[in-house]
Amino acid sequence: MGKTSAQKIFAAHLIDTQGEDISILSLDRVFCHEITTPIAINDLIERGKDRVFDADKIKAVIDHVTPAKDSKTAEQGKIMRDWARRQGIRDFFDIGENGVCHALFPEKGFVRPGFTVIMGDSHTCTHGAFCAFAAGVGTTDLEVGILKGVCSFKTPETLKITVSGTLRKGVYAKDVILAIIARLGVNGATNRVIEFTGEVIDSFSMEERMTLCNMAIEAGGTSGICYPDMTTVDYLWEFIKDDYTDKEAALADYIRWKADDDAQYADTVTIDVSDLVPVSTFGYKPDQVRPIDEFDSTPVDQVYIGSCTNGRIEDLRAAAAVLKGGKIADGVRGVLSPATPDVYRQAMKEGLIEIFMDAGFCITNPTCGACLGMSNGVLASGEVCASTTNRNFNGRMGKGGMVHLMSPASAAATALTGVLTSAPQDKGE
Amino acid sequence: MGATHETFSGKVLFLDRDDINTDEIIPAKYLTEITKTALKPYLLEDLKLEGFDPARDISDTQVIVTRSNFGCGSSREHAPWALEVNGINLVIAQDFSRIFRQNMYNCGMMAVELSAEQIEQLFSRFSQGPCTLRTDLAAMTFTFSSTGRESLTLPFSISGFDRTLVEAGGWVEFADSSY
Repeated sequence: MGKTSAQKIFAAHLIDTQGEDISILSLDRVFCHEITTPIAINDLIERGKDRVFDADKIKAVIDHVTPAKDSKTAEQGKIMRDWARRQGIRDFFDIGENGVCHALFPEKGFVRPGFTVIMGDSHTCTHGAFCAFAAGVGTTDLEVGILKGVCSFKTPETLKITVSGTLRKGVYAKDVILAIIARLGVNGATNRVIEFTGEVIDSFSMEERMTLCNMAIEAGGTSGICYPDMTTVDYLWEFIKDDYTDKEAALADYIRWKADDDAQYADTVTIDVSDLVPVSTFGYKPDQVRPIDEFDSTPVDQVYIGSCTNGRIEDLRAAAAVLKGGKIADGVRGVLSPATPDVYRQAMKEGLIEIFMDAGFCITNPTCGACLGMSNGVLASGEVCASTTNRNFNGRMGKGGMVHLMSPASAAATALTGVLTSAPQDKGE
Repeated sequence: MGATHETFSGKVLFLDRDDINTDEIIPAKYLTEITKTALKPYLLEDLKLEGFDPARDISDTQVIVTRSNFGCGSSREHAPWALEVNGINLVIAQDFSRIFRQNMYNCGMMAVELSAEQIEQLFSRFSQGPCTLRTDLAAMTFTFSSTGRESLTLPFSISGFDRTLVEAGGWVEFADSSY
């Protein structure tokens, strides 16, 4: 019987089982940020276990609130800095080099097909775009990961989602994943890995695949996974070129992690996206999704472009293409947070930052900030935000605020009109 | 901490909603705290539930009974910690998000699933008045009681591994001695 990608990765990393369905896996990467790691570090110190399993497999960043906004966040940063120095963690990204973890770590080439990755962050599923098993965990799992390089998982079932058809102009990976979450529900993939496949996924860039896998957790999924192909190899090539004679050899190696044709799935879903239009969430759950054109005129107070979902260079290009030459509507605040320093630098080179600034956007440094109501664009009670982030939970971007999730192009279109507005589309097809 | 019957028994808080997420359980702005006890006043501060008042309803509660997909969203272990420092070590629901559920057992706390029918039965019989739960870890039963109502005993099950974690008081010591 064939295996799914997750089953192959589990089999290659299995070091123990507990009972019938718990697998203890060895970890290739343990990612750390300053919100969930300091308590793990302090607990290890208290237990007399202040050590790490492998300093080279641990990658750490200060990203959620940076630069520090107050004494508490300064303390969190300090705990991370001191720990990274003490433990010899060379890949530690601080002010000037830091960015949103799930955008920064892929850029650095830290994730490879077949890897197991954990982080104390639910959007760790993003890294499944590289055909890795990447899962968000809590601080205790993170702590054990840091200490021992292992993690326990209930052996997950796999849900295969085939995305077919052709995307219309103005419709993006964000619209696709929101449509999928609407179909599955916020609980539809709990304890399951989602394999995304089909012609639309094949045509997606790595950035689009990351947008897709990033939100697997919003349907409850343990990890999203895309199969490795030449797009994967091209993205990773600068990091792996010394390991392989050529790209074909790399692909031949990576392809072993692709699910077998006769793999057994818990469920399979096919979604044709040819008729999909730009969508947004309404309400307080990410499965509450409807076409933007079906909203009654809905004024917004703020437009936020950034995050681990949609703060990469392709996202900024898509938004800037809509904004070019335009001005933000009166009374609307625009906030752009490029997800990493490289994204920021590239956007400057391409003139995108100037387009955003000419339109009236404020540009912040790379940080998670407003996405979770921490800093740099928190909403006041009663305010409405069109956002390229991943969660519209009650209070997520500030107590009493309302968040509408959408693509960067639709967020940009909304900034120009001041009411929820679809990305420009081809009409009359 | 070492599990006892008392750890998982006491007054029950009923939260009649699906998909209660960890942002509602403990808002992100409190994640800058680096001690668990600092989270105590903020439990369920942003819960969207009509008639629910955290200041009034949480005090002296030891158990939560709720519907489906409790603890979805963010991976923050601050959610179980905020429960723990309020004396709540047991959540009973139709089902849980994966990460929240794992975090509970990793902390030596319990997240127990009952069927939708059983959850409905608990809501219809006990959610209107003060309700207390007695957990018997040896017999693996919950006994719900409320003045003027016939008490109800339901069997429950957790996996052997979950039980190991509860008895060990969490995952760190177990993993460090085993791997």
